[in-house]
Formats: sequence, structure tokens, C-alpha cells
Amino acid sequence: MSETDRPTTTVLLPESAGGWSRRDFIKGVIASTVTVSGVSYFGAGCASPLPAQTGGVERLVSLSVNGQTRRVDVAPNETLATTLRYKLGLTGTKIGCNRAECGACTVLIGDVNHYACSTLTHRVRDREITTVEGLESGDGTLHPVQQAFIDELGPQCGFCTPGQVMSAVALLRANPNPTRKEAQAAMSGNLCRCGAYDHYLNGVMRAAQEV
Amino acid sequence: MAELIGKDFTPEDLRAKVTGAAKYAEDFRRDGMLFCRLLKSPMPHAVVRSIDARRALAMDGVVAILTADEVPPQPAPGNNILTNEPHFVGEPILAVAAVDEETAEAAIEAIELDLEPRAFCTDPLTSLRPSGPNARTAGNTFSREDGVHAHKWTSADFREADEGRMPMGEPTMEWSYGDLEAGFADAALVLDESFVTASHAHHSMEPRTAFAYWENGKCFLHGSGQSQAFMVPGLAAFIGIPPQDLVFVAEFCGGGFGSKGGAYPVMTIPAHMSKKTGRPVLMRISRAEEYFLGAARCGFQGRVRMGFRADGRLMACDLYIVQDNGPNTGFGDLGSGASAVSLVYTPEAMRFRGVSVLTNTPPRSAQRGPGQNQIACAIEPLLDKAARELSLDQVEIRRINAPDSESLYGGGRSGVTSAHLREALDLGAERFDWTTRRARSGQRQGPKVRGVGVGQAFHSAGSSGFDGLVRITPDGMLHIHTGVGNLGTYSYAGTARAAAEVLGYDWDRCVLHRGDSRRHLPWNLGQFGSNTSFTMSRSNYAAGMDALRKLQQIASIRLGGSADDYQPRNEAMVHRADPSRRMTFARAAEWAVEMGGPYSGQNLPDDINDMTRRSAEALAGTGLMGVARDGQHEGTVPALAAGFIEIELDVETGRVEILDYLGVADCGTVIHPQGLAAQVRGGAVMGFGMALTERHVYDARWGLPGAVGLHHAKPPSYLDVPIEMDWAAVDIADPQNPVGAKGIGEPLMGCAASALLCAISDALGGHYFCRNPVVADMIVNAASERPQSTRPLATNTQ
Repeated sequence: MSETDRPTTTVLLPESAGGWSRRDFIKGVIASTVTVSGVSYFGAGCASPLPAQTGGVERLVSLSVNGQTRRVDVAPNETLATTLRYKLGLTGTKIGCNRAECGACTVLIGDVNHYACSTLTHRVRDREITTVEGLESGDGTLHPVQQAFIDELGPQCGFCTPGQVMSAVALLRANPNPTRKEAQAAMSGNLCRCGAYDHYLNGVMRAAQEV
Repeated sequence: MAELIGKDFTPEDLRAKVTGAAKYAEDFRRDGMLFCRLLKSPMPHAVVRSIDARRALAMDGVVAILTADEVPPQPAPGNNILTNEPHFVGEPILAVAAVDEETAEAAIEAIELDLEPRAFCTDPLTSLRPSGPNARTAGNTFSREDGVHAHKWTSADFREADEGRMPMGEPTMEWSYGDLEAGFADAALVLDESFVTASHAHHSMEPRTAFAYWENGKCFLHGSGQSQAFMVPGLAAFIGIPPQDLVFVAEFCGGGFGSKGGAYPVMTIPAHMSKKTGRPVLMRISRAEEYFLGAARCGFQGRVRMGFRADGRLMACDLYIVQDNGPNTGFGDLGSGASAVSLVYTPEAMRFRGVSVLTNTPPRSAQRGPGQNQIACAIEPLLDKAARELSLDQVEIRRINAPDSESLYGGGRSGVTSAHLREALDLGAERFDWTTRRARSGQRQGPKVRGVGVGQAFHSAGSSGFDGLVRITPDGMLHIHTGVGNLGTYSYAGTARAAAEVLGYDWDRCVLHRGDSRRHLPWNLGQFGSNTSFTMSRSNYAAGMDALRKLQQIASIRLGGSADDYQPRNEAMVHRADPSRRMTFARAAEWAVEMGGPYSGQNLPDDINDMTRRSAEALAGTGLMGVARDGQHEGTVPALAAGFIEIELDVETGRVEILDYLGVADCGTVIHPQGLAAQVRGGAVMGFGMALTERHVYDARWGLPGAVGLHHAKPPSYLDVPIEMDWAAVDIADPQNPVGAKGIGEPLMGCAASALLCAISDALGGHYFCRNPVVADMIVNAASERPQSTRPLATNTQ
């Protein structure tokens, strides 16, 4: 039997399918702009307004991100990576694996680097969160780690770079004068498929002379 | 003397990468955006009898379902957009769009599929058996002429397999040159070895998320693509629109390594869904899905017979490769691998035979050095085996067989543009202090043994005949439009400097336009196959030269004299004999706009591509335009590389610590030293993973893939590689490139992978696994002389 002889696939749809109305569309657009970024990622779909609280966590919370207080609607099971990217518009934090394998989502909580994909937002309500967008100073001066990564041609494809930057910043806050070996260990939670480790380490060591 | 070529610079997209401003496909948002999720096949081969979506579509927030019947069907065995006959676990059957991702996921769960299981196969040799299962209903291999068809060997062909030797039945492809039997007759040593190289995932850090919407009749598609202009026609065809109606945005790509080089169908699912729903659609692809949709390197089961003269010269090579091609079109790794053997080792006589077999495993595509890097892993350790038996140095046996610029390539015996592998070996041996390190080989401290290795690899690295497009605007700035894509090598920028070099421009006064169809880009080859340095420097040079000619003509028309009397100096055209006759580029651009015609792009060359023509038409009248189609080069452009490595191997744990590594590139003139350094080292890191840890694993009974996470087939981390790695380049100009450049990206991985495999065998005193990856338990078994747990000839099924 050739592949073109395949029996027809039956697709069963509800009778109303295809009747997605203009009213539904407008309702969707309005509802999905309720959240801060204008796009709901999950939990706050257009059809269901915020559920009444029944002993669970408060959904509308204040987060301290990059020195600003941000009011945001957060589902109980929502990760920090999701909140940052889909509620607060901070897309510099990347989701590479969403299960604590790669480190592309690394942010600072206090002075310590954490995987935002594996941190529940509700757990960091009273903490200072810093993302890659929060490092540059108001006059456009880059953090020494960012500048050193440019000077040493750290990034290749760049997808892991925000996470690499944040881990390097965390290292230099904890240990301003690391050895290369210490830097290697401190950065080892951040994968780079392009294999730019040598260049990132050069950047860390260069930045250590600046901070 | 070049002012820009060969100098370091800061590529313009770096700042965005370190600040988080760089936007990848998942970083775009539009009001009213829907989220789309895929329902994927749980079976390796099945037919979808029915889809009951009634419950799913009745759910709050669910907007639409998209099935295979609603998207353009793809001719077998091409990759599908959606399908009702999935050929691998994870193949998308349908998509659901909802107002949020959680709702879309819930709707996927609520859909009832009725699947009819079909025969499937996960190992090519099983499929080649007389009554073996076929991956597709129509057969287990395909060719352009015959389409998908069945190809079987006889029972007699398999007799050797029972003894652990690679069987060699009827091939589907074959070439040869020279007198093979005479070569073997003259040989002092003949090796006959079966080998296996595993398939493995690309592991791109950015999963292939895509985002699409329609506006004013055009489709806007944000996708993860290595390439820019080159992907547009294919993507438009998958969507079903003319290329000019697609706005493709791929300014940043979070890694592709070959898997995002050309247009791929799943990227267009959100475009179809957006058309159906009238709303923007984001399709996030998860890490696990990337192992189904993200392609993989083809695996090899092979056999090679090599006859060496007493001095190590390779007299004859008889190579057979069975390729695990996945269920679809896959890639031509086996032919590329064979051709690589013909060039890297220049055998006096060679025969290649092979067959590419379809399996119900993740689809294959090119992965960095497709074919060339697998064959480096297979052959390089065997060179060491020959060297050991002939009492030769490992570098010496490579030197005597290394190609030069007169060497010929492949079964077609075509010429090459330039080859300097011997120089790379010499440079590397000296810089790595090979002799001293080799003397340490075998030294033991407790359970740890030293080993050294040298590896080589090749890739065809250059093309020609694509278009260049530059403009000088009346403010004096040079605008370089490049359609090449941004894989992260910075070659998009390095090669753009060829146009600036021709005109003598200050790089700070050049503006690059790229990454988005709306920036009016020329037709360029994709960013793959290590070709960019060669191909794009030619295209940009051609456009720069066209602009220079027009500057000369304008100067002669306005200031008198002939065009040839004028040369560029400090961004002005200056009369050679009378420097007072001088016109700035800015003034010339004003004149170009006033004069019109070819000077400002009102008249265009006949031979440029339609995409370039549309871009040039849109830009016409904005300044002096340089637009030209590059000519043709002759012969294969060889990217060649040699890697040198020293390791410490723990025979009790199987752990390999890489102490030091040096990669040496033969890439012609170095365009961008810092960028090359990053490629030499980064390619090596990927190569270490290929040698040690990375492989797909399938459950042969149910066809389920076992490696669907980074830790299942672990790419190297900071702790798996040397704390510092060295690099060098031969830096001899290629005669067929205007700046002397050749590509290099791919062999930098293969030379490191093969060097590491050689070093492991060296540390084990000459134990050759003929298989990669060499995982820890294989090392422990070999060191303790226990039988291996791997089944002979099995690729990814243990």
C-alpha cells in the first residue's frame, strides 16, 4: 500500500466549531490585556477571571524586580521565569529547558544566582530579584561583566548569555577575586552548546579586575 | 595591506546579547496572542484513524484545532507540517490554539486519537534483513529517481553479522577510483574494521519556538533560523504564499548546528494557525519536543579496509557505510563522509559503497560536519592503529597522507581551491610540543593514565554566485545589506567587512542591515556548511566593487578624466595624478541620486535574483547603490583542521579528563581572529561531547526514544573541558576568494572529537573501540579486559 492510499482520517468537531465569533474575539483581546504585559501565559485565560481565593495564596502580589516594585497577578504554581517573561515583559531571561538543566534562565535572588524556571514566584515575594535587564546603569554603562563579555567575545549564539552574565555577577559579588578554577566551578551550572566556556571565563577574569 | 580583514572588531549585535535586549522568536508579543501546543504521536509509526476533538473544543478558552488536512501535504519522505501518518515518536499530528498555554495543554489532553499501529524499525541492519520491517509503508530507503522503495539484503549477506563483523550486501550508491586490488596487494599492512557512530541530537539551546501573525495580506513569521534570505522561499511554500508575502524575522538564533539551516515545516504551524484564527499565535517548543522535532546527526554502521605501505602511505581504502537516516529525507552524510576520506587521507585507490536506511527514529538533518565528523571519529583511531603496527608516529602517518592544493576530492575527482593540512599538522605539532607530550603517553599515577591524540577533519566550505547589495547614502554612510543569517559566529559581520575594505571605509561608518525581510536583503546562501566566510565575502566584495566602479564613473563625469584615474582614499574619490580633484563619497551619493539609472539602483543588473531585485527596487533612489551577482569559483573549497590533545584517563572510573587542547585551522586568510578562536574552541567542546557522552538511545521493542533531555545525552559543561584551550591558524590565502578566506566551522568539531578518541585508545595502550561515543563503562570494561556491554554493530539501541 502506498502512503497515498492511507484511509481518510475522521475529525470529529463540536457542532459550533468554526463559529468563533467576533464577540468572542474581542472578549479574548480585552481579557488577555488584563495582565501587565498584555499576554497571558497561563492560568489567567480570557474565559476565566481571577478565581476567588479559598485559603490559597493571594494571586495579586508585589515583586521587587531590578529595583522596582511590580504588581502582578501570579498563579500559585507559576515559575519566576514565566512571571518575568510573560507578565513583566522581561524577556532577557531565557527558557532553554524549563527543568533546571541549562541555566539560561538564571537570575539573582538577593545576591545569589538561581534558576528562574525552577523557582516559584510566590516564594520570592519579599526578595530582591535582579535580571539581566537590571545590570546596565541608567546612563547606559554596562556592568563590568557585560563589558568584559563583549571584550572577550563571550557570546556566540547568545541564548545562554543572560544566564552566564548573571552567574558571573553572582560569583563576583561573593568572591571578587576568584581564581580561574573557582570561576569555572561557579559557572558550571550554565550550559553553552556553542562551547564558549573559554571566552566566558576570560570575561569573568577580566571583569574581576574591574569590580 | 588590509585595514579590516584580519583585525578584531566588536560585532554590532553583541551588546544586545549581554543586556538581554536580543529578541529571539519566543520574545515577541502581540495583543490578542494565542498559544499553540502540539499533539504528537506516541507511536513510532501509526495511522490516525480518527480524531475526536469535541470535548477539547468545547473547553473555555480553546480557540481552534489545526489538523494535517488543513496544511499543505509534503511529498514523501519529506518532513511534514502535520501528519495523519506519523513516522516517529513525537511527530506532530495536530495543533490546538487557546488563550493561554495551560488551556491549550489541557485541550490536547482532552483530544481522543484512534491510532492504528504500523510496523516500525529502529536499527538499519534489522530493516535490511530479508523480511525486516520497513520504516515507511512504501519501503526503507529512497532515491530521487525511485522515491521511497524497499531495499533488502540476502540471508547470506548477514552471515558475517552473526560474528560481529559488518555485513555488506547490495549497496544503493557506489563510486571508486584507482586500482583498489593493486593497492591492497602493495600494502605492508591491511586493516579490516567494522565501526559504529551513534546518532545524537543537536542540543540547540533555543528550542525551535515560532511566532506568527498576518497583517495586510502578509504573513509575519518570527522563527529560530540559522539562515535568513535562504529560508524565505521554502517557508513561503510551506505556508502556501509567494515569497514576497512573507516577512521573516530571524535576527537572532539560539543555536542550530545544522538543524535550523534551511526552511523547516514545523516553524510554519503558527502561521497556519494564525491564518485560521485571525489572531497572532506563539508556538513554544519544549526541550523534550526539541529531541523529536530538532533533528539529529545520522548514525553510521560501517566497515573499512585500508591498505598501508610500510611508511604509512594509504594505498587503498574500501569503505562501506550503512546510514541511519531517520524516517524522512534526512541528509547525505554517508556520501560526504566518503568524500572526506578521499581528501583527508588521499588514498591512491578508493571504493565507496553505501545505503541510507529509513528508521522510525527522530528525523535527521545536517549536524556540524554531517558525515565528515562521523568518519573522522571512525577513521582517525584506525590511522593510530596502523601507526602503532608500523611503528610510526601518529603525526607522521597523517603528514604522509595529508592533502595539498593539487589533491582531488571525492568520486568525481574534482580539484580543490587550496589545502594546507600538512602545514596545520606541522604548526600544531610544534606549538603543542607533541614530541615531549608523546613521550608522556602511558605514564601512570595510581589509576590515572596519560594519553595523547591528534585528529583531523574536513568540510567543503564555500560556494559562489550569490548577490551583494550595498548603498552609500548622502550622509556618507555605507549600508551593507546581508541576507546570510546569524548563527553566532559573527561571520555575517566579518564578511560584510569585505565590502567596507574595498571602499576603504572606517568600520564605524558602516551600517549593517540584516535579520528581517523588511530591511531589504539580497539573496544569499544560508548560514550552514561552513560556507559563509568564503561565499559571503565574495558576494559583499562583488557589491563593494560595483559601488567602487560607480564612484569612479561619477567622479570622472563630474571632475573630468577617466574613471580609472580615481581611487578611494579616506571616503573620497581622489584623482591619482591630481589630488585636488576630489569628491567625497557623500557628495558622490548625492550625485548618484540625482543621476539615477544604475547609480542609485533605478536600473538593475539582469542576472540578480528576484529577491535581490525587490530589495534593490525598494531602496532605489536612496543613495549610490552597489549591487551585483558574484561569479563562480571552481573546485571544492576545503576547510581543514587538526586537533591535538592530552588527557588523563581513570581506568577505575572511566573518567576522561582533558588536560590540554590545541586546534589548528586551515581556513585561508583569517578574517576575524577572535571569532576564529571562539570557533576553534567551541567546535572542540562539541567534539568532546560527540566523543564521550552524546547519543540517542531508542527502545527497540517499542520504538521510544530514551534521550529527551540534556542530561540524557549530556553536552559538555565548564567542568568537562580544559580550563584554557589554545588555537592557531595556518593563515595561507585561498586563491579563489578576494580576501583569501575559506570557511572552517565544522571540521573544528571533528578534529577534536577524533583526537580525543585517539587519546583514549592511546592511554589504553592501543585498544580501539571502533565506536563513538566511548562512554565510561566502555573504558572500564576495556581497561579490565571484560567484555563490552554494547552489542556489536548496534547503533543507538545498545
